[in-house]
Parts: sequence; structure tokens; C-alpha cells
Amino acid sequence: MFLTNTRRVIRAGFINFWRNRVISLASVLIMTVTLFVIGFVIFLGALFQGSLEQIKSKVDVNIYFTTDASEEDIFVLRDSLRELPEVASVSYTSREEALANFRERHKDDYLTIQALDELDDNPLGASVGIKAKETAQYESIAKFLEEQSALAQGKYSIIDKINYEQNKVAINKLTKILAGAEKIGFAVTVFLVLISIIITFNTIRLAIYTSRDEIAVMRLVGAGNRYIQGPFVVEGVMYGLFSAAITLILFYPITLWLGDVTDSFFGGINLFEYYVSNFTQILLIITLSGVVLGTISSILAVRKYLHV
Amino acid sequence: MVNFEKENTMIYFDKVSKKYNDHTIALDQVSFSVAPGEFVSIVGHSGAGKTTLVKMLLVEERPTEGAVFFESVDIHGLNKRSVTDLRRRIGIVFQDFRLLPNKTAYENIAFAMEAAGRTDAEIASDVPQVLELVDLGEKVWNFPHQLSGGERQRVAIARAIINQPDLLIADEPTGNLDPINTFEIIQILQKINDMGTTVVLTTHNKGVIDTLEKRVITMEGGKIIRDDEKGRYVL
Repeated sequence: MFLTNTRRVIRAGFINFWRNRVISLASVLIMTVTLFVIGFVIFLGALFQGSLEQIKSKVDVNIYFTTDASEEDIFVLRDSLRELPEVASVSYTSREEALANFRERHKDDYLTIQALDELDDNPLGASVGIKAKETAQYESIAKFLEEQSALAQGKYSIIDKINYEQNKVAINKLTKILAGAEKIGFAVTVFLVLISIIITFNTIRLAIYTSRDEIAVMRLVGAGNRYIQGPFVVEGVMYGLFSAAITLILFYPITLWLGDVTDSFFGGINLFEYYVSNFTQILLIITLSGVVLGTISSILAVRKYLHV
Repeated sequence: MVNFEKENTMIYFDKVSKKYNDHTIALDQVSFSVAPGEFVSIVGHSGAGKTTLVKMLLVEERPTEGAVFFESVDIHGLNKRSVTDLRRRIGIVFQDFRLLPNKTAYENIAFAMEAAGRTDAEIASDVPQVLELVDLGEKVWNFPHQLSGGERQRVAIARAIINQPDLLIADEPTGNLDPINTFEIIQILQKINDMGTTVVLTTHNKGVIDTLEKRVITMEGGKIIRDDEKGRYVL
């Protein structure tokens, strides 16, 4: 009996979905908007996360050495830096490499290259780039370096300058802006999601409101509550599935179109690639949201008319 | 225990009163009983309390005072599930048909069987038989909006009797129909009664009552003012 009933309920749900196709279409479109907003939240989160990481990875501290600093002294310092627990990596750029990099960077700037050629000696010092494991750890690394150079002050200092202080201000500011934008963006999207959920719920409620007389008749004919509710829930699930399919299909051209823009604007994150590589996860989230929303809305809406 | 007036009783109204908002009185101390297999007409002007009485029987309304018994069971003391079971034993026909608009005539009738948990084989064999009884012809696959009033009422009657109910309640079934359809619908009801089903009919159609020559309960202002075997319409 259970199987027969389930089969009948599912069949009735499909038939009702088709016979009320105008109402079904309206509900599916409204729910598509909701799922769209939910997808938008996922993408927005990815963009913020991506750009935050991008900025963090750009953060480093460079130590510029004087031109007469000997490579041996530099290596001693470099090795002691490597032993610090906060340090993730240390890279060394020799004077020659620095010059080559400089020439490469200014290869179109004829005047600068000419001025460089006028000099007898390489004016650039060697440098060491340090990356910390966490952004917050740069402070202690910088402090360590200051102590080092203070110790060396007695003889002669090989350190020309450390660029931590200049970087620090910019890094802090960017992080703050990004965190603020993320907060505002999150608040706005939560608000949007809430509104669209309420609208979807209302649409389904209206769709079922038109069936309230039918529900009364079903009750009088002796149909049990579950048997009455079943087809409406099936319809709700179908709204969810159709909306999810439409949303997922629409995201394809949209992310493709936005992909390059986001890539160059937010740096590093290509929305299209993100969509394709996280497709299963996004599919699950969107589909589940749609199905759960449809089911709950239907159950709540029908329940109103089931009271004896 | 309640003392029944008759040994053989299907429905028993025991001093039933219904008051709305404490001033309008829909039913006032109504008592009567209906035996199995009887054909009872309840007549009265609009507002006499006919529909309230029907709603009591279907457990759609609760009495303010008194009790309604169906086969010795106080139906207003039943739980939800038992009410559903009770409704499956009662077939109902309304003035406004109340068919499911998104289902065909056939599906409307089949739905009542599905709701009662009957098998597909039973549905396939019973529905055509009942359709023959109400003489719907080729229109079984039409939707309600494609049918005339008389045809819709036939579908509604077919739905009401498909589960072989013990009691058929027809609440003003001919109120929206022309004389010819009215006559045919009443004939169908008589046929159903002849086959053993108890029928309770409410109406204010004098012609119907006078041709039936069955028991008539006359109501006015929420009270029963007459109860005649082989009654006539006197109001």
C-alpha cells in the first residue's frame, strides 16, 4: 500500500505540475532568482577569498644590502633568517641579478638604460626577500632584522634599508578595505537571500492558495493529510529541481563572460574556472537549496488548509 | 449510554444546538434519527439550518450542545484519523459540485478510491460501472469546466458512491440545475437508495419532494417543525 500510495502521490505531483503549468512556471522563475542570489553569494565569497589570498601572497619583506657588502656576510644573515620559525622562505638576489632585472624592467626606457651604461660600476646592491608563514609575523621578523643591524652598527652595517615599514601601511590598509567590503557584501547578500526566500515562499503559498478549495474537497472525500500533502510536496521538489537546473545552466555563459573581467580585476580568480572546477559542490548547494526551499514552502503552505 | 428512539438507528441527533458568536442560533435542540436504508429529505428555507446539520454529520462543525451519533459512536469525539475513516463511509454531493478542477471526470472518481486506499485493479473495474449508473457517456475524459452542470453533478454523485458508502448526503444537489437535470439527478439518487444506501437529501425544491413520496423533515429557524413519513412540501 505504501508503494502504491507513493507512486500515486508522485504521479499526481507530476500531473499537477504540468496541468498548472502557468503557476508552475511562475514559481520556478521566482525560485530561480533565489537560487541565483545564493550562487552569487558563493561566487562573491570566492572572489573575496581569492583576492585576500592574492594580496597576502604579495606581501614580503626585502632587505637591501649596501653595494660593498660581502656575499659571505649576506649569507650568514640569510642563514640565520632561515632558522627563524616564522619564516616560510628566503630568496637571495645577487647584485648581478638585480642589475639584469633592472635592465629587463626598463628595457623600453632608453634614457634610464643610457644613464646606467654611463656608470662604471653596478649601482645596485644585493637583496634578500623574506616570506613569512603568516602576515602578522612580519612584525617580529622586522624586529629581528633591526636588532641585527643595530648589533652590526659597531663595525659597519651591510644593510642599506628594509622596506617593511612602507609595505606595512599599504598592506594593513588593503586588508582592512577588503575585510570591510566582505562584511558589507555579506550583509547585503544575506539580506537579498532572505528577501528572495520569503518571496519564493510566498509564491508557492499563493500557488497552493488557489488550490485551497480542492484541498477541502479532498478532505471531505476522505483523503488522509499525507495523501493530500504529498503531490504538493512533489511539486515543490520539482520547482526546486527545475530552478536549480536553470540556474546552473545560466551560470555557465555568465561566468564565462565574467571570467576574464574578474581575472584582471580581482587578480588570480577566474570565475569561470572556479565554476567549472567547483561544479559538483555548487551543483549540490544550489540543488539542495532549491529542493529544501520547495519542500518546506509546500509543507507549510498546505498545512494551513489541512486543519479539520 | 444513550437511549435510542429506534432499535435500528444509523444517525441519531441528540438535542443538538449550534450557536455562532453566542447570538445567532443555527440549530436549536434538534433531535431525530435515521434508520439504515432510509431516504430522508430535509426541507426548509435558506437559513433554516439544513446545511449546518449536514456539516455536523461530516464533522465540519461541532455542536455547541448535544451530540451526533453515527452507528452509536459520538462522531465529535473521534480523533482525526477516525474522522477520515468516517468520511470514507459517507458520500457527499454538493450544490456547487466541488469537483477537483485539474482532474478529469474519471480521475475525480478514481481519486476518491485512491484516497480510500483501493488497488488499481479495483479502480479499473469499479469506475466504469459507476459511470454507467450515472450515465455520463463519452465525457469521462473531460475536465469539469468542459462539462455542463448536470454532467458535473453526475460526476459528483459517481464520486460520492464509488466507495460504496453506507450513507449518501446530498446537500441541495439540484440547486443549480434545470428541471430536466433535476429530475434525472433525483432518479439517480432513488436508484442508489434502492440499492441499499441511506440517503439524506436537503432541498427547497417543492417538485422534488412531492414526486419522491418519502420521509420529509421540515426545518424552520433551526428547529424541526414537522417530521412526516411520505411527506409533502409544506412551507
